[in-house]
Amino acid sequence: MRRLTPFLGLFVFIAAWDLAVRLTGAPLVPSPWEAFRGIGELTARGLLVKYVVASLFRVTWGYLLALVFAVPFGIAVGMSPRAQATINPLLQVLRPISPLAWIPIAILWFGVGDFSAVFLIFLASFFPLAVTAMHAVHDVDPVHLRAGENFGMSRGELIAHVVLPAIVPQLIVGMRIALGIAWLVVVAAEMIAVSSGLGFLIVDARNAGNRYDLVVAGMVMIGVIGIVLDLAMRRLEKLDFVRWGYVEG
Amino acid sequence: MSKVEISNLSMRFGSTDVLRDINLSVREGEFVCILGPSGCGKSTLLNIVGGFIQPSAGTASIDGVPVTRPDPRRIFVFQERGVFPWLTVDENVAFGLFRLSEAEKRDRVTRYVQLVGLAGFENAYPRELSGGMKQRLEVARALAVNPDVLYLDEPFGALDSITRLQMRRELLRIWQAEKKTILFVTHDIEESVQLADRVVIMSARPGRIRRILDIDIAHPRDLSAPRYIQLRDIIFSEIGLAHQV
Ligand SMILES: Nc1ncnc2c1ncn2[C@@H]1O[C@H](COP(=O)(O)OP(=O)(O)OP(=O)(O)O)[C@@H](O)[C@H]1O
Ligand SMILES: [Mg+2]
Repeated sequence: MRRLTPFLGLFVFIAAWDLAVRLTGAPLVPSPWEAFRGIGELTARGLLVKYVVASLFRVTWGYLLALVFAVPFGIAVGMSPRAQATINPLLQVLRPISPLAWIPIAILWFGVGDFSAVFLIFLASFFPLAVTAMHAVHDVDPVHLRAGENFGMSRGELIAHVVLPAIVPQLIVGMRIALGIAWLVVVAAEMIAVSSGLGFLIVDARNAGNRYDLVVAGMVMIGVIGIVLDLAMRRLEKLDFVRWGYVEG
Repeated sequence: MSKVEISNLSMRFGSTDVLRDINLSVREGEFVCILGPSGCGKSTLLNIVGGFIQPSAGTASIDGVPVTRPDPRRIFVFQERGVFPWLTVDENVAFGLFRLSEAEKRDRVTRYVQLVGLAGFENAYPRELSGGMKQRLEVARALAVNPDVLYLDEPFGALDSITRLQMRRELLRIWQAEKKTILFVTHDIEESVQLADRVVIMSARPGRIRRILDIDIAHPRDLSAPRYIQLRDIIFSEIGLAHQV
């Protein structure tokens, strides 16, 4: 019984949704059943897999690129008070700008297509990752840094063997948040900058004949994949060499 | 020639006079306890000898060479939180051996894990160890690089009193087996008399050496022997404490 509890809210929501559609008789709003059938139709037409793959492809590239650049950048800045004093104000100004505000510039630079979407996801992931790495460096226990120095490590070795493993637990939390943001942004980017992917599916279904059943089907898929991504990231927190960084156990 | 030579050493932090004119020489293989009230500059002194901070005046030398920075031939042991939580017992012990070959590394790790009694816990993470085990792990990590001097700053301060007694016995056993020079900071009078060849008694801040006392009792020491009690009481009165609670 306990194991079903998480699904209870979902069940009630679907029931209420169904009831509301029946009672109001709104012509365009699909019932849960119609949305479900929409998913079936998209699968049959081969669009679902194609669009899911397209969206995941963009997220993967933008996100991995951000990871590769943001983490070393964050560590380097975090370890040097001078660099931090110089760069932090800039980061703080850029960070609150929604990645979506960059869409016109992305299109200007990269045109309509994958590059624009990847660039937007890169931007969206870069800031949270860089800021997490920067702050995490400050939390490294000085005792551990001293031990590294005592054993004769160079600065590079100290970063590889002490700083990096010490910040991984916080980094994983940042990675999870960044991936969540990336997934939000890819949908928005696809509504404007490309003609494939789950975001495109949603605008396209509406524009080409008010197929709101397909709109909602797309929304459901976005939600499901979002959860799967988040659960996958959560598993990283269970790794043996990072568990110390979270609440005991 | 002495192993560690501290001469005319003084330390100020801003306007605070912390150490004043410290002179001490430590023989190779000697176990020296530095004892004094809280805030008298014991940790500061150890950090200077360890090369982590520079003195305001005077020098600390090892083997005749002035100390200017940390050196893997002399390892500083912190309280138990110095172990790396992201590494297993084996990996912690191997930490300082990053320049050695895999085979050499494996030999040393096995040897020192054994020596400190952590066999069977090679793959455990520090979070799965007790405080005393973590402390032993840190000692093993230090010994693995085969240093000639060990600095210990109240290493057993966070342990319960039973574990503390056991750890002292272990440390003495290791010291006798490995023949290291040890500088051991404590504010526990009993601890200093149980461990040291000589006890350096410091005054309150600004820290000065009040007296250096030879503990002329062979190991293992009988804690109820008249000489033990006599030496302990000398320290009590030197520090200005009546031996009563
Ligand atoms: N980096 C520093 N800057 C300024 N003052 C310092 C610094 N380090 C230590 N002090 C001061 O120097 C004095 C001696 O400190 P130290 O830590 O060496 O004492 P201690 O003898 O080890 O004390 P305890 O037994 O409590 O560990 C203290 O008054 C402390 O406030
Ligand atoms: Mg101290």
